[in-house]
Amino acid sequence: MLTVFLFFLIVVSGTGGELCVSRAMRSMGEVHDFSPKSIASFVFRGLRLPWMWVGVAMMALGFFSLLAILSFREVSFVVPVSALSYAAGAFGAKGFLGERISRNRWLGIAVVCIGVTIVWWSGR
Amino acid sequence: MKAGPGLHLKTYLAIFVIVIFAPMGSVLLGKGMKGVGSAATWTLTDFWPVVTRILSSGYIWLGIACLLTFFVAYMLILSWADYSYVQPSTSLSYATVALLSHFVLGELISPLRWLGVLVICTGVFIVGRTSPRAHGVQ
Repeated sequence: MLTVFLFFLIVVSGTGGELCVSRAMRSMGEVHDFSPKSIASFVFRGLRLPWMWVGVAMMALGFFSLLAILSFREVSFVVPVSALSYAAGAFGAKGFLGERISRNRWLGIAVVCIGVTIVWWSGR
Repeated sequence: MKAGPGLHLKTYLAIFVIVIFAPMGSVLLGKGMKGVGSAATWTLTDFWPVVTRILSSGYIWLGIACLLTFFVAYMLILSWADYSYVQPSTSLSYATVALLSHFVLGELISPLRWLGVLVICTGVFIVGRTSPRAHGVQ
């Protein structure tokens, strides 16, 4: 049960955090100037956005959940199963960011999910 | 991406760093966390002792350093190579994790798990072969 709960946090919180950061970055517009000064200015502007902080907090929760699960499960089990974030990311990108997901990408995600199921089965 | 011997060399080098350092980071985090003790037995009163043990683990810091190295290599390669070229290459990371887990941590990996890892690599590869943007660039 703890394993399922921690995987839930890794996948949902980690991916949710990336989506929040992505939303914050998009609201700032595309980066054209890659000089250190411009990048620093861009990062500081990003830190003023609430979505950025929500995202960082969620990604931190995902990272600590990863540490927790690595304390009692094999790495060769944890890392492949966390690939489920590809599916969570696609659903989140579609629902939260309004992105269009191509048919081939859905196909790839379905194959990842089949692989995750097999790895999960191997760990029971 | 303009092809040239120098560009090819630094691209392969960056992919090598990505495919080795991200899995190595996970393996080191795993090694460090096994030394901290199982989360299944943690209680609220263990919070600070556990945090202290995590922060004083050399393996954890090495793991974080590996993940940072991976992140820098990933950012750098994206500055000259196409995302649609880089992303499929990273699917190999899942196979590297399995190999490192076996040879470095001594984990026993069943044929079923190898099959699952192979299927995941294939799925990530397919995802990576799609365009980074669903409209516009194809």
